[in-house]
Amino acid sequence: MDLATILIQLLNSVQYGLLLFLISSGLTLVFGIMGVINLAHGAMYMIGAYLAYAFVEWTGSLGVAILLGIPVMLIVGIVIERFLIDSLYSRDHLFQVLLTFGLILILNDIQSILWGNDTHGVPIPDMLNGSISLTDNMSYPVYRLAVSVVCLALAIGMYWVIQKTRLGMTIRAGASNREMVESLGINVRTLFTIIFAAGVALAGLGGILSAPLSSVYPGMGDNVLIICLVVVVIGGIGSIKGAFWGAMMIGLVSTFGPVLIPSLSSVMVYLVMALVLLVKPRGLFA
Amino acid sequence: MAEVLLKAQDLTKNFGGLYAVDSVCLELMKGEVHAILGPNGAGKSTLVNLLSGDIMATSGSVMFEGQELTKLPSYKISHCGIGRSFQKTNIFPKLTCFENVWLAAQSRQKTSMRFFRPARKMADVKELTMTSLKRCGLEARAETVASSMSYGEQRQLEIGMMLATQPRLLLMDEPMAGMGKEESEMLVGLIKELAQDYTLLLIEHDMDAVFAVADRLTVMVNGRVLETGTPEQIKSSQQVQEAYLGSEGGF
Amino acid sequence: MYNTPRPISLLLGFLLCVLAFYPLYGDLVFGSKASFFMSKLTTIVIFAILAMSLDLLVGITGLVSMGHALFFGLAGYVLALASPEYEAASIWYILPLVLLCCAALGAVVAFLTIKTSGIYFIMVTLAFGQMGFYFFNDAEFSGGSDGMYIMLKPDVSLGGIQLLNLDEKQTLYYLSLACMVFVYMVLRMILRSAFGQVLIGIHANEHRVKAIGYNTANYKIVSFVIAATLAGLAGFLAASQYGFVNPSQMGWHTSGYALMMVIMGGAGTIFGPAIGAFVFEILHYVFESFTDHWLMLMGAVMICVVLFLPNGIGGALLSLVQKKETTGEKNDG
Repeated sequence: MDLATILIQLLNSVQYGLLLFLISSGLTLVFGIMGVINLAHGAMYMIGAYLAYAFVEWTGSLGVAILLGIPVMLIVGIVIERFLIDSLYSRDHLFQVLLTFGLILILNDIQSILWGNDTHGVPIPDMLNGSISLTDNMSYPVYRLAVSVVCLALAIGMYWVIQKTRLGMTIRAGASNREMVESLGINVRTLFTIIFAAGVALAGLGGILSAPLSSVYPGMGDNVLIICLVVVVIGGIGSIKGAFWGAMMIGLVSTFGPVLIPSLSSVMVYLVMALVLLVKPRGLFA
Repeated sequence: MAEVLLKAQDLTKNFGGLYAVDSVCLELMKGEVHAILGPNGAGKSTLVNLLSGDIMATSGSVMFEGQELTKLPSYKISHCGIGRSFQKTNIFPKLTCFENVWLAAQSRQKTSMRFFRPARKMADVKELTMTSLKRCGLEARAETVASSMSYGEQRQLEIGMMLATQPRLLLMDEPMAGMGKEESEMLVGLIKELAQDYTLLLIEHDMDAVFAVADRLTVMVNGRVLETGTPEQIKSSQQVQEAYLGSEGGF
Repeated sequence: MYNTPRPISLLLGFLLCVLAFYPLYGDLVFGSKASFFMSKLTTIVIFAILAMSLDLLVGITGLVSMGHALFFGLAGYVLALASPEYEAASIWYILPLVLLCCAALGAVVAFLTIKTSGIYFIMVTLAFGQMGFYFFNDAEFSGGSDGMYIMLKPDVSLGGIQLLNLDEKQTLYYLSLACMVFVYMVLRMILRSAFGQVLIGIHANEHRVKAIGYNTANYKIVSFVIAATLAGLAGFLAASQYGFVNPSQMGWHTSGYALMMVIMGGAGTIFGPAIGAFVFEILHYVFESFTDHWLMLMGAVMICVVLFLPNGIGGALLSLVQKKETTGEKNDG
């Protein structure tokens, strides 16, 4: 590998890592604060991608798709939290697993009813449909850079909200002590609804942003879910910081792994996870 | 002088910068009832957890009957002959009283990795279970499901389970916490009985109870041992009066 | 709590008879479809074995595994890979080999995951299951996502005399049924044994079990290995029946369905998950027969079970029987 290839792969892995972080952060937030494991997180990602497809077909603009898609995802999140997740808080994780697994089956079929079983492409917006040349014969697509910038901005935004705002304080307190939050006079019910909806919206946004990169197909949420679980397990469940570094690590491993050890490429991320678990059974930042 | 059963040397537990237990030295004599006093947050429960292996010490050492216990996990310490009861009732709520104690008694078998023979056919375990139930006064409640028993009975059950592990030293973390007057009196009686056969380390807030049963006392404040001595020595200690008893109104 | 109440034993005995005599009345009741239904029943019985093996983890030990299908699928792959190409493998070496491989992988996974608990354990077992899935999905030697064929079913003969012919549907049906009863007996035995007592304690309060002197990690690992081995038995039968194995048999959807069977039937009751397997697969068949979107209906059923029947069918039966018993006692007194 020459330097330019390495550079491009590095950019790819950072971009992939940032996107993974965006999606995983929703999963880890919902777990860390609400103690709920949402297996349907990947399905939310898929719904986001299909919304991007539908809205772009309709309006022709990815920007509009984002503006319309996020409120739709928030509503989906609120409805699911209020009607289904709400009854699970005091119960065993086992039931959360089953309920959200059932939800996956339903959402997958809804997708197939609404949009069929074909693979669809979503065009990259014209404005971002170019590439920046790195060397004479190597270039990097602008859209990927734009996605990275958006993800990075959201990561910084999330950090700021959690560290500096009142909502963030409640979130941090809620992660460690539910009674204390209640004693502060904050409505935990509402907080939970907000967090769950935000988590769903983050997954959905991840889906919208990746639609032009990866095409849109049935069952696309499954793979993402598993990779996100690996990210969250590596980083430590509930830790945003852990999700960030976990995602970066997986980004690197899954971009460079296939180049360095092709025979093990698909199981590489799991080997990394196994290794982390051996050393730190509760993840890197738990 | 009686022989030393357990000796803790400079035992320290640091929770992220906070010294919950700070260089504690403690000697338990064989056959004595030793009580630990101290205000909330003095590190009493942490000390018991260190001795029982539920948490690992940051530094220091524990010797029991001449054997080093310092880095051993709780299940090994249990097999060395130290039993403990918990401050918060810690039982198997859905099992009967008999089944609760059974599980403790069964742990004295060489191994429980036995898959073929029905457990209930192990006569020696059954015998140990029945003696322990008798000893803690729950013989008549053997078939009652633990969660349906009164709080006081659950505390007794906790002691029964501890006895079934055939310990020589009993660590009892606030055995009377949350009990009514009558139940407390019954338990003081039980502790006095146990004191005839076992060495006891007792954490207790109830002063009357402590002075009624303890041979020696250790007073802890802020994770450190303030003073150790007989009840009379402790009562008359200037230091203890100032640091602890005085502030809470004394005796 | 370790003895199945009499009415339930009778019910189970009756259901078993219904299954055992199927070949006698199948033709009369289902006519030309009888043979198809026998294959279907064989599949269900095999799933019942898988679900019961998972119950040892979920219902008895309290370890919620979302990667149990890993061992179910592995068994098929071992059978396919270790069978000679042009002749049938003798069951006397192939079955022990399959079970041994499942036990060995079970031990490795258990060793890596057992220190985690609760939600962590769920996620990590799921991830390990997927690791197996991708390994076989991407490997050339195992046929990638198409999987592998098992051309000739294992040969069951002794001293040159064929004892069972697994190509006969009915033989395979009875073999599976016998295995189901065997696994049920094994699990009952384990539950009553000293080992089982410790597992029950771990489920209820692991911290306390440690404090009274058990090295709980070892017990959990052994429990996991036993469950993996029994899942391997189910996988062996499944691969023998289908004649092929593919990665999706070890995917996390299969694990999820197995978990659903356990909960639907009643975790911790052992017989419940077997009933759960029957209900789940019959619903599957019924839904599938009138809509392409049967998975959606299964999802809805899952959600309903979680919300309205958390103790499963087995749990409901048990409480029904116990209620009758207590009111009966009152009437007597």
